[in-house]
Amino acid sequence: MGNLDLLLEGFQTALTLENLFYALLGVFLGTAVGVLPGIGPAMTLALLLPITYSVGVDSALIMFAGIYYGGMYGGSTTSILLNTPGESSSVVTAIEGNKMAKKGRAAQALATAAIGSFVAGTIGTALVVLFAPPLASQVVKLGGPSNFALLLLALFAVTAVLGTSRLRGFIALFLGLAIGLVGGQTGQQRLTFGSPLLADGIDIVVVAVAIFAIGEALWVAAHLRRRPLDIIPVGQPWMSREDWGRSWKPWLRGTAFGFPFGAIPAGGAEIPTLLSYATERKLAKHPEEFGKGAIEGVAGPEAANNASAAGTLVPLLAIGLPTTATAAIMLLAIQSYGIETGPQLFTGEPELVWALLASLFIGNTLLLLLNLPLAPLWAKLLQVPRPYLYAGILFFASLGAYSVSFQPFDLGILLVIGLLGLAMRRFGLPVLPLIIGVILGPKLEDQLTTSLQISSGDISTLWSEPVAVIVYVFIAATLVFIVANGLRKPQAEPATDDKEEVSA
Amino acid sequence: MTTIEKPVGTGTRIVDKAQYGLAAFLAVVGAYVVYDATTLEDGFADQPVQPYAFPYVVGAALLLLAALLAIATARGDAPTVEDGEDVDLTEPSDWVTVMKLVAVFVANILLIDWLGWAITGAMLFVGTAYVLGSRTLIRDVAVGVALSVGTWYGFYSGLGLAIPAGVLDGIL
Repeated sequence: MGNLDLLLEGFQTALTLENLFYALLGVFLGTAVGVLPGIGPAMTLALLLPITYSVGVDSALIMFAGIYYGGMYGGSTTSILLNTPGESSSVVTAIEGNKMAKKGRAAQALATAAIGSFVAGTIGTALVVLFAPPLASQVVKLGGPSNFALLLLALFAVTAVLGTSRLRGFIALFLGLAIGLVGGQTGQQRLTFGSPLLADGIDIVVVAVAIFAIGEALWVAAHLRRRPLDIIPVGQPWMSREDWGRSWKPWLRGTAFGFPFGAIPAGGAEIPTLLSYATERKLAKHPEEFGKGAIEGVAGPEAANNASAAGTLVPLLAIGLPTTATAAIMLLAIQSYGIETGPQLFTGEPELVWALLASLFIGNTLLLLLNLPLAPLWAKLLQVPRPYLYAGILFFASLGAYSVSFQPFDLGILLVIGLLGLAMRRFGLPVLPLIIGVILGPKLEDQLTTSLQISSGDISTLWSEPVAVIVYVFIAATLVFIVANGLRKPQAEPATDDKEEVSA
Repeated sequence: MTTIEKPVGTGTRIVDKAQYGLAAFLAVVGAYVVYDATTLEDGFADQPVQPYAFPYVVGAALLLLAALLAIATARGDAPTVEDGEDVDLTEPSDWVTVMKLVAVFVANILLIDWLGWAITGAMLFVGTAYVLGSRTLIRDVAVGVALSVGTWYGFYSGLGLAIPAGVLDGIL
């Protein structure tokens, strides 16, 4: 059966009245929570994860697809209407978007972001449908050694290539790997402090909620802005003919930048949004408008952001590798239904995957239909009193962790890892390597065990497959490049330096 | 307290002393992971990767990173602290508020088995909202109770999950 037939069957599953309802609910909840300041797409997904527990698998994934795109859309609304962006991927959208909003063109900024997200999301999802199945059918043929190498590559990429401080990236990664060691999966209790409650390891949902929600809420609480932010009122989003004319090319170019960067490990949304912004400024007929609210500067980066999010679904669905925080939570959601993620997903659970892909198209369309009329309502959400907002985050995070197994112990774990999340924000440790380490660490050990079992302990099996060799060469080359780069620009140390000390 | 700015073009270096604390924490975690690994026995015959192999690697890496962080700190390497919509980094960090929030959170953990989520959830909301500066107590309690009882019934009837009711068992 061709992929198109499978996709049509997916649409049949997703378009039942019940599943449409869940898609709509997901889009609505995702946008509402995503718009709230301080809550990015990853936290939105982590907080809403428990809601999907008792719904059927297909409905739950369909709802989650809606939450995924909704949460991202909500984030860009926040960055346009407030003058400080929440996540790094919306920084670029915020530059021109907020300037446009201040000039009274908030409606146009929101419209070009919404329609651009729709265009990029739809093209991006279509590309996922095109690329993910053939990639999966190749990856599924690979043996344990190649899978081990790919896991190493994913860990290395999110740690060493992204982020500003590699030292801090590796600290976060190894803390995550340490958390992933806890439990008795190897037949012996590791790091359980003799507690039977830790014998099954620490639930990854609890880790994710703690790091994203509790850590963030505590960090904000320590620095809560005492002055209210300027929120720009907005009416119904609309665009004039001229705005359309200025937007459609940036949408397409942004999509072209975003998708490939999302699809490679360590791509992320930051580089393509920046590239898109730079390109639009170069190509614009009125470059002098940039920095003062140019619509091209919203349309391009926002499309790049969404196309990149769609791109991350390629490694996620075809290989089982998450490359962004949001993708990591998506993976958790799929796994929480007992579904084995990895290249076998397309052959093992075809109905589910194709229903998920179909509902991404549907969710994206619903998002557009829902958000253009609802924008004024979302803008009101930005005025939610901050004590309620952060008390609410702590409340729902606790509920989410408690609902895993109704053990107060899980709430204790939530608090401890939440405090770690707070410390990570204070010390500039990136969150992504930690969460990827927790998820992929145990898999890394599994793949190594499988490979060595097949080779009866002969370690040379690890470089016996061409894909594995290519991956190791790539990692080694990147390492050499990083080290060489680090050596070439030694820090200029002043000869006399009086140290000023900072207390925390 | 923790407003850290990189000095530009001056001869001064700022040492973020708290980072030594983080380095010490990493060293303790790393040492414990290694110690824990030494208590593990050899795996089964069909287990080519010993149960202590990964812990040794992770623990050793954490110890190494702790040392590197301490060196980097001494050389003036300061973190880029995280910004956000509601974050104001121009003011010093307010750790008292954080400690009060943690206290409310711990109270929830200690009381939840006895009182049940419908009560402690509301307490959690009201308590944290108060700590964060809300002074409309009656409204806070109303919102908190609505949230906790609402989520209890939502989970019960909507999701089919019975959250332990605690002392309210039979009443809810």
